[in-house]
Amino acid sequence: MRIDKTRWRALLATLAALALTLGIAACGDSDDSTTSGSTEGGEATGAIQQNPENGKVNLTIGSKNFPEQEILGEIYAQALSAAGYKVKTAHNLGSETVALKALKTDQISGYPEYASTALTSFFGLEPEEVPANADEAWEKANEEFEKEDLQAFEPTPFASANAVGTTKEIADKYDLKTVSDLEGVSEKLSLYGSPECRQRIDCLAGLESLYGLEFKSFTPVDIGLRYTVLEKGQADLSILFTTDPQLAAESDKFVILEDDKEVFPAGNVIFVTSKKVAEEAGPDYEETILQVQEGLDLKVMQELDARVELEKQTPKEAAKAYLESAGYIG
Amino acid sequence: MNDFQVPLAGFGGALEFIFSPQSSNVTGGKSVGGLEQSLDLALKQLEVTGLAMAVALIIALPLGLYLGHKGKGEQVLVGVANAGRAIPELALIALVAALIGVGLVPVTLALAVLGIPPILTNAYVGVRQVDAATVDAARGMGMSESAIIRKVELPLAVPTVMGGIRSSTIAILATATIAPLAGVVTLGDYIINEGIYGLDGRIAGAILVAVLALSLEGILALLQRRLTSDGLKLKTV
Repeated sequence: MRIDKTRWRALLATLAALALTLGIAACGDSDDSTTSGSTEGGEATGAIQQNPENGKVNLTIGSKNFPEQEILGEIYAQALSAAGYKVKTAHNLGSETVALKALKTDQISGYPEYASTALTSFFGLEPEEVPANADEAWEKANEEFEKEDLQAFEPTPFASANAVGTTKEIADKYDLKTVSDLEGVSEKLSLYGSPECRQRIDCLAGLESLYGLEFKSFTPVDIGLRYTVLEKGQADLSILFTTDPQLAAESDKFVILEDDKEVFPAGNVIFVTSKKVAEEAGPDYEETILQVQEGLDLKVMQELDARVELEKQTPKEAAKAYLESAGYIG
Repeated sequence: MNDFQVPLAGFGGALEFIFSPQSSNVTGGKSVGGLEQSLDLALKQLEVTGLAMAVALIIALPLGLYLGHKGKGEQVLVGVANAGRAIPELALIALVAALIGVGLVPVTLALAVLGIPPILTNAYVGVRQVDAATVDAARGMGMSESAIIRKVELPLAVPTVMGGIRSSTIAILATATIAPLAGVVTLGDYIINEGIYGLDGRIAGAILVAVLALSLEGILALLQRRLTSDGLKLKTV
């Protein structure tokens, strides 16, 4: 019976992921007017103080349409509403291009973006030019954003990157630890990744040109299927995310190969907003965002991803649980 | 540039994208789009459409004709057809992907399911609406039941049957754009991956799918004309 259960889970996960990916989920504008995070004891460490002044400011917090982004979007949105802002959310922006456009046209006030994605996708850097240091990457991105009257806040503690993943069996069979170990065997292995991966330099194109690898085949699949194809034995290799909760929960099953030539730049998350919004919203805006992301290290982020991807909580619930357990809201 | 010109400008970029390769921010200098890739993707789209149509026809056409001939199973048929149309294709592809995996075969099957209802119902209705007296006459002349279907009912039902085939084809062709999510790289690649191809690529994909759909529709309309018996054609005096 266990098999049935996992199968259904996989199916549900897939359905959910696909639905989200194509934005079937109805346009996610929801009104987050949770009043106050007023702390009854007064000075609980780090609790967000509600400032009635902020009630005049309307904010719309965006995010791209996959779980980690939605969780981040929810964390920021709920924290800002605890600080007294009137907050709405828009969680289903299809890609960074769409998100940036929404930001530039004032449809959203800000959204979380990976610094590496911003640098490569918006500002044309090669993956190897992305600074490994989180602060440097942020400063570089912020410099570019400022030219367009935008602004990026300081980065989160955690970083996320794409990674070549495989099953423990295959890694053992071919003795794979790093991506370079694939030399000579990649011709026998099939690689699965998101449709976008095929031509991206920080994905398949980079594996081919920078590592000089050739794969038996590359098959594009929806991001939500990245573990399913490994589990079903269809894929020998699959493009995963380093923050994936499956990696921690099923470490006896899946492994990721070390990216020894740095094709996949790691990205800490920076909150991107427009200068105009930041000015109008006042100092609490940046302070609140920086305050609540302090606790987001890799382990916490994996745990939050697990709540949504494995335990099927909504991003809203996961974000609330995080904010409460860290004492940011009451 | 005023608001009115913006969409037109986008259109020009898209046409350029179809015919000549463009640069992209994220590919490490490799260009994207252009005639060669556009043709490649269009062919793949036609291939998967053709395969799915073949499967749908093999299943739905004989069944619809037979049930129509017998005059049986209308309730079941209506139920099946309506249920078939109600299944969101995206969910179906996800279901098939989870059960048998991704690639050409699963996508073909999922698309075929989409094509079955219109063919099935139109074949049934087409045969049912054939004048009962004509069928009786054929039977009276000693035709076998299968000969009645082939030589009397099917020819008279051609316009309706072809109507079903045409709407199936268009539905499958249009829906094949989501195939890149399940391992088959069709024109949807241009549409899904704005990050790589840009807005021009996305619009180019939409234009190409529309052009393919109109061309197929035209070809099938011609075919229908050829197949329809002269006696059934509207007289133009």
